[in-house]
Amino acid sequence: MRPKRKPKIAVWKFASCDGCQLSLLNCENELLALSQEMAFAYFPEGFRAVSKGPYDISLVEGSITTPHDEERVHRVRRVSKTIVTIGACATAGGIQALRNFKDVQEFIRIVYATPEYINALSKSTPISDHIRVEYELRGCPINKYQLVELISAMLNGQRPVIPSYSLCIECKRKGNVCVTVVRGTPCLGPVTQTGCGALCPSYHRGCYACFGPQETPNTNALSHWWRDRLGVKQVDIMRAFRGFNAYAGPFRKESEAHEE
Amino acid sequence: MKNRKTIKVDYLSRVEGEGGLLIKFKKGEVADVKFKIFEPPRFFEALLRGRNYTEAPDITARICGICPIAYMMSSSQAMESGFGVKVGGPLRSLRRLVYCGEWIESHALHIYMLHAPDFLGYQDAIQLAKDYPEIVKRGLEMKKVGNEIVALVGGREVHPINLKVGGFYKVPAKHDLCSLIERIKRVREAAYETVRWTSTLSFPDFEQDYEFVALSHPQEYAVIEGDLASNKGLNIPISKFEDHIQEEHVAHSTSLHAAIKERGVYAVGPLARFNLNFDKLSAVAQEAAREVGMAPGCQNPFKSIIARSIEILQACEESINIIDEYEVPEKPAIDIEPRAATSYGCTEAPRGICWHRYDLDDNGTIAGARIVPPTSQNQKVIEKDLLQFVQKNGHLADDKLTWMCEQVVRNYDPCISCSCHFLKIKIERD
Repeated sequence: MRPKRKPKIAVWKFASCDGCQLSLLNCENELLALSQEMAFAYFPEGFRAVSKGPYDISLVEGSITTPHDEERVHRVRRVSKTIVTIGACATAGGIQALRNFKDVQEFIRIVYATPEYINALSKSTPISDHIRVEYELRGCPINKYQLVELISAMLNGQRPVIPSYSLCIECKRKGNVCVTVVRGTPCLGPVTQTGCGALCPSYHRGCYACFGPQETPNTNALSHWWRDRLGVKQVDIMRAFRGFNAYAGPFRKESEAHEE
Repeated sequence: MKNRKTIKVDYLSRVEGEGGLLIKFKKGEVADVKFKIFEPPRFFEALLRGRNYTEAPDITARICGICPIAYMMSSSQAMESGFGVKVGGPLRSLRRLVYCGEWIESHALHIYMLHAPDFLGYQDAIQLAKDYPEIVKRGLEMKKVGNEIVALVGGREVHPINLKVGGFYKVPAKHDLCSLIERIKRVREAAYETVRWTSTLSFPDFEQDYEFVALSHPQEYAVIEGDLASNKGLNIPISKFEDHIQEEHVAHSTSLHAAIKERGVYAVGPLARFNLNFDKLSAVAQEAAREVGMAPGCQNPFKSIIARSIEILQACEESINIIDEYEVPEKPAIDIEPRAATSYGCTEAPRGICWHRYDLDDNGTIAGARIVPPTSQNQKVIEKDLLQFVQKNGHLADDKLTWMCEQVVRNYDPCISCSCHFLKIKIERD
């Protein structure tokens, strides 16, 4: 039975580039159809009107980096039935989590002439560090088809089909020739969750892990391979793990093991 | 409206990022206008330190999900100029093509989904689509084709993966590009229709004296290369940007405000480019502009929506030419040999110039970086427009005035995530 009331969807932004919520506006073919099935009740990037919560689905983009946002995220939890975090910032802290390895006060001084105007937390952290979340969508950016899959599964009361295995599996299925084996190109595919369509290897480039660690990543073995067989320097191994998902547990530990 | 005190928009909608507006009245007169940016800072310039030059395009792309190509291109070209190499021929054409895709996608998004609803009194594009489904579908199709160009050349729409310092990881085959050409031709028709349609919107009588700044190039409508020029005598290579333009840090913004040292406030973006580089537009784009009475020297920022439409037309024409003339380059990228350098890059993001400077050591490790995005350059002009607009239209009811003020901001398609990166409007009257 279809409920009479259209489910309400809200989109919230914390520290981010807006690229993941843009993925929703990039569903050009699906957007008008989606708007028949649900109400964009709060989505300031695309819509001026705001309807009050509670909201059935809240999509949360961005990481928590300021004292104000640390408070605000709890308000999002209170007005939301289901929370889905979208993208690497919301699920792992994002590229701005590189500050977590350094002194944030120094970062502020580098960028801003009047540091006292800036109020920033020492770490950039994922949403799940602060509130309970029902689902996390990976990616920098997310894959819009995974988003459509997730929203339609939720509207129909089903579980979304979103794989958590490694990129290698998808890459093999696509029939790509392995960039590491054949070209000697360092690739993070073996330790990275699939979802992008094995894009980088399809373009003859090593995966740089936009989707974060896969379910059982053996990062240590991969680092050894890179070092021993490909001659990759320690500093470059550290930089590779210290990317858009730098603060995701397995990647954080691996990059710290290569600090000089 | 004697008792009016403040007009406040806490979270400006239909812009990218987090900003707000505060307008204060004293005794019926406008006392203060602030375009507030409270987007949390992400410290890109600091986190680039110690990274390899090869990582800059992918990292800086994450400054903005709407115009990643602008950041990838400005940073790549900065590195190349520092290392003394130049990307030319078909690789340069491919770069222009992917940039055209970003212009089409970003401009169509702004015209149809973010800006046009204001002119027609709708809250958003979905409401607009209920009365004018064909118009909104046209806009979505244009946006889609722009995204498809970016995805075909760059691998995906948001944060493309195929661009690098020196060129690309893999170049497309001719037939891949040709597969898009019929649809780009249809978008060119739709762009012409968009120019006609946007010119029929009703524009507030609001002409200001602006200094417009844009890249300028002797042969082409400048996007990926040129010197910096203005209508008030600025004419400098991009490496001299810091000699003429300074950024200041103000308390109500986490984005720095830029100004020309000698003259102060200036504007960047589609209207600046249209006014300064009209003669470099394609014959068809010029003809479309003339047909709707849009001439260079336009000082009405609300008409930036027409300039954006003309630029989509231009981008389609260029895309078609590039694809027609495309020959697969021998190598997907030119070889790079890093060396110590201070290097500069500047390209025309959809919303204006995006300027980068890097200090690099012998190994190509980044020792320092400075990035000046378009919206931080437009912040001052947005505040000035708001002040002028409210002074002139203070008689309007609060809700009408608030909406119009939001529109004044949206004229500049501000990308607040970039500039630091929310739109709240607050009007205060005592």
